[in-house]
Amino acid sequence: MMSDRGFRFVDDVTSDLTFEARGTTRGALFAAASEALLAATVERPEAVRNAVERRVELEDTRLDWLLRRFLSEIVYLRDAEHLALRALEVDVRGEAPQIRLEAVLAGEPLDLERHVGANDVKAVTAYGLAVVRDERGEWRARITLDV
Amino acid sequence: MSVPATLTRVGPAEWEVPKGFRAGMRVPVRIFATEKLVQAMDDQVFIQAANVATLPGIVGSSLCMPDAHWGYGFPIGGVAAIDAEHGVISPGGIGFDINCGMRLVRSDLEWAEVEPKLGRLVNALAARVPAGVGSRGFVSLTRAEFEDVLREGARWAVRKGFGTPEDLVFTEAGGCFPGADPERVSAKAIARGQNQLGTLGSGNHYLEIQLLRSDGIFDRELATAFGLGQPGQVVLMFHCGSRGFGHQVATDYLDAFLRAMPKYGLEVIDPELACAPFASDDGRAYYAAMCCAANMAFANRQVILHRIREVFAEIFARPAESLGLATVYDVAHNTAKLETHAVGSRMRHLLVHRKGATRAFPPGHAELPAAYRATGQPVIIGGSMETGSYLLAGTATGSASFYSTAHGSGRTMSRTRARKLVRGSELQRAMRERGILVHAASMSGLAEEAGLAYKSVDEVAEATELAGLSRRVARLTPVGNVKG
Repeated sequence: MMSDRGFRFVDDVTSDLTFEARGTTRGALFAAASEALLAATVERPEAVRNAVERRVELEDTRLDWLLRRFLSEIVYLRDAEHLALRALEVDVRGEAPQIRLEAVLAGEPLDLERHVGANDVKAVTAYGLAVVRDERGEWRARITLDV
Repeated sequence: MSVPATLTRVGPAEWEVPKGFRAGMRVPVRIFATEKLVQAMDDQVFIQAANVATLPGIVGSSLCMPDAHWGYGFPIGGVAAIDAEHGVISPGGIGFDINCGMRLVRSDLEWAEVEPKLGRLVNALAARVPAGVGSRGFVSLTRAEFEDVLREGARWAVRKGFGTPEDLVFTEAGGCFPGADPERVSAKAIARGQNQLGTLGSGNHYLEIQLLRSDGIFDRELATAFGLGQPGQVVLMFHCGSRGFGHQVATDYLDAFLRAMPKYGLEVIDPELACAPFASDDGRAYYAAMCCAANMAFANRQVILHRIREVFAEIFARPAESLGLATVYDVAHNTAKLETHAVGSRMRHLLVHRKGATRAFPPGHAELPAAYRATGQPVIIGGSMETGSYLLAGTATGSASFYSTAHGSGRTMSRTRARKLVRGSELQRAMRERGILVHAASMSGLAEEAGLAYKSVDEVAEATELAGLSRRVARLTPVGNVKG
């Protein structure tokens, strides 16, 4: 079952952590994937308040590569700025080979008392990375995190 | 689990999957394991090892150690020796946690002295060696100082007073991979790692107080040579790597190689096997950056040992030097190293990718410190936090695996499944009742690392011996654990 936040962790790669995400638009898919990443990072993602914002702008030739870079940016900000972040707004425009992303990330400094740490996610892998649009027009992605 | 129909037993603990198993295989797959371990391996281990066999320049076989399990790109426990002149380098063959590795530290302390202080020790170690999400280290560095760390590795740490010259002698490569070039790493990698020196991380990273029991000694002579003597002796083992710095280096170069492959005419079956010719600008750049990350990891483990010595000195109210806390060995798990190996009748210069595998040089190898020239390289196999770990030694017959052996006990189930089956708080209580005190940064992380999620470390260690990759020296029992 997908959570109402549009993702679910699946029993997959033995060594690491795989999730599936979905959304009615590419932006909604990317936002759901960011929620999954936050849920992999802290045990209480609902306790992460939207107190600070960061803007992300990326361009890529492929949608799956763009998603990986987008999530990698959130991992980077966790270590470099000590922030727990999720996507508040994600706008994905254009088609391959020129796809642009503008996103507003929101969250707050990691507070392990309130957020409760889960996994110090190392990286967003390219293993089995897939972004597809299903027969109902919904966007779906499968992502494996190295933990 | 189902093994390939073409899997053939070629030795007591050695198996081969021939080239025809998957399209494009340049060499066969060779698996070192007992029948029980082979039968228990994920289907994906065989597929991933076969994918590795397609990499340009791979020599001999695509190898799997006894603890092999399903990873991303390479299987965990995968080894590939690739021709350094004509072959490729693949960040996926090393992993995101570059130079994730193990250090074993002996002590003169006996269990009777440590037992009454175990709780204080575990709590103090947890406080002084930060673990878990977003943890920051105590060493404050400028960018220029951090670049010194990247160039010098553990040598930097010892130069700054975080250890002794003897620690370097007993660290793989002396704690410093030559060829590191900070110009080849991104500003993002620096920003991620600059404040993380001295931290454990999470996942399967840990710092453990262990005990040598009377039934844990397999080879008394080698144990003595490695500084392990009497039953009741207390040792420390810890497992961690290059933290966010190495993760970002790998992230950056995976992305770069995915884009660069067409210009080299390269295609890969799995994007995590993205690669570039080692002799190209891209290949050399990644290698120089990977060496920086390997050095960050060596420095990280050296700084952590310094903190351990501080904690023990405080709690035992004695100088650390009087406690005999000395590095037995520090060994890398996730690297690509330039090594010379005999292949057929000639010596070849190879880039040996080890992902979740331990280098295990034999007695007499020129790269071993004088103290271990006669014994072979110490090998550390970390088991689950519930069961135990092993100290082993490299053997001459390890040439079959380019002198590589297992690194851990190997997972048998996904983290998601382990979390469904185990509650961290209950596991912590049950372990305490069994005499293992655990301090965990994350209860869900603790559940993911439950013993039931791993193969038997005893079977893995025995398999390495049956396969001739390494020989058992001592089994070490956990009594206190700081879990990342």
